[in-house]
Amino acid sequence: MVKPGSSLRSFWICAAILVVLLFLPPVIPRFYTYILASIFVTSLLAMSLNMVVGYGGMFQFHHAAFYGVGAYTFGLLLTKTHLPMLVAFIAGPIAAALAGLLIGWFCVRLIKLYFAMLQISLGSLLWAIAFRWYSLTGGDDGMHGIPTPSFLFSSTHAYYFILIVFSACLFLMYLILKSPFGMTLQAIRDNPDRCEAVGVNVRRHQLIGIIIATFFAGVAGVLFVVLEHSVFPDLLFWILSLEIFIMCLLGGWFTFIGPVIGAAIMVSLRTFVGIYTQYWTLILGVLLIFLIFFLPEGIMGFISAKFSSKPGEGIERAVE
Amino acid sequence: MLRVENIYKSFGNFLAVSGAQLTVGRGELVAVIGPNGAGKTTLFNLITGQLKPDRGKVVFKEEDITRLSTHLICRKGIARSFQIANVFPRMTVFGNVQVSVLSQQRQSNSLFRPASTMAVKETEEILESVGLIAKAYELAGSLSHGDQRILEIAIALGNEPELLILDEPTAGMSPEETRITMDLVRRLAETKGLTILFCEHDMDVVFNVAQSIMVMHHGRTIVQGAPDEVRRNEQVQEAYLGDEDA
Repeated sequence: MVKPGSSLRSFWICAAILVVLLFLPPVIPRFYTYILASIFVTSLLAMSLNMVVGYGGMFQFHHAAFYGVGAYTFGLLLTKTHLPMLVAFIAGPIAAALAGLLIGWFCVRLIKLYFAMLQISLGSLLWAIAFRWYSLTGGDDGMHGIPTPSFLFSSTHAYYFILIVFSACLFLMYLILKSPFGMTLQAIRDNPDRCEAVGVNVRRHQLIGIIIATFFAGVAGVLFVVLEHSVFPDLLFWILSLEIFIMCLLGGWFTFIGPVIGAAIMVSLRTFVGIYTQYWTLILGVLLIFLIFFLPEGIMGFISAKFSSKPGEGIERAVE
Repeated sequence: MLRVENIYKSFGNFLAVSGAQLTVGRGELVAVIGPNGAGKTTLFNLITGQLKPDRGKVVFKEEDITRLSTHLICRKGIARSFQIANVFPRMTVFGNVQVSVLSQQRQSNSLFRPASTMAVKETEEILESVGLIAKAYELAGSLSHGDQRILEIAIALGNEPELLILDEPTAGMSPEETRITMDLVRRLAETKGLTILFCEHDMDVVFNVAQSIMVMHHGRTIVQGAPDEVRRNEQVQEAYLGDEDA
């Protein structure tokens, strides 16, 4: 339970950050607007992962697959059909959620590592389809120059579009995690057997959680295409899944905003250290070692623990 | 209210429960006793669906619930606590109980309403009745063992059960905690009119509180009856009461 004052305070902090972000594009170089937009897209993906892993306790090891499904669906519909942009935009996340339903339906029958292994293999199947079906997906080349609507062509407009969709998704996720559904999801993470014994249909609940999370991953995929105008099989490759996993780890599993911090760090590292060396992951590795030893709850987990009076309350506030 | 008919369960070659019988009448306080490994916990797991029996039947309110899954059995009106403390450690005490109240109200799948405003009164009432209201905002994982066991009972109460099953509610408790817990159990039976089925190691506790006692040995039911009747039973004395170490 958050004290009333503190939730009001976080509301104002969020509002302030949003206002700043709205006024940034005219004052900062175009390149930085692009980086910011890229951070939003990656954050949304990482947060959707955190919903199943951090809040749901399910080992969704290949979450990027659904990001790719969203991106490819959007890209294919825009390239190969004349459907309006809105239809394509909604179809992306829905396709991702359907893939989530299909894969999740099998996975929730297993637990822990078995869940993870099945999830990786079924997700990789999606990657294989994107990689091999040359005539439809362009194979390993992917598709480039996807005709997104003209009002999104300028990078500033794309930035605003992505920012608005990103904020809306964050708000929705927040509502869902605070709802009885989200609360029960966390209870299942803590103790599935006990949850079953209080009358919760655990498998169905987990499956719904996966569908919601993969839907948001699909939204992130669509936003990626809005930003980059292209899709390629790497979007569904397991390495990306690993990267977003690390983002959640960096930011803090049990915090709502943690994955955003993690995504910001990863994207910045890749961009700015990547200029000097292609081995930027070396720095990431060192960072991770320090993190595991000194901030096992992640950066946000550490911050919220530091700013609460009682030990443990920080985690709790985050979980709430 | 609850009838267990000639139930069997084996794990590999080991017959954990072989032909157990149990009857629980409405409003009764029934205890199951038996030495370690007699099959008490297995029997409870068979009733609440964590395990499925090889043979036999569980009948609740004249309805066969033997093959129902755990969450559906709970919705029929049977709630339980577990032998080892089994709470949601990363959530508050309040949240622990709230989850089960929300489940009882069929609100678990509600997506966009803030949970913090829901089921608050019911949850507070339950915490009040078990004496945990002062610790409502502590993390469940940080409670003492005794309090976690009480919280277990509180979680079960959130389901507004007709039949409450407690698996060794006082296991690992100090004599003082044991007394408090058993007082609570008795009070719940009296004030809420709950039917309670529990199993217990401590003989004094059982004979003080229970109205009917079922004795298990090697997975079989030796006898079920009133405390006096059970105490006089020769087989029981042989199997259990005579052997103080059991």
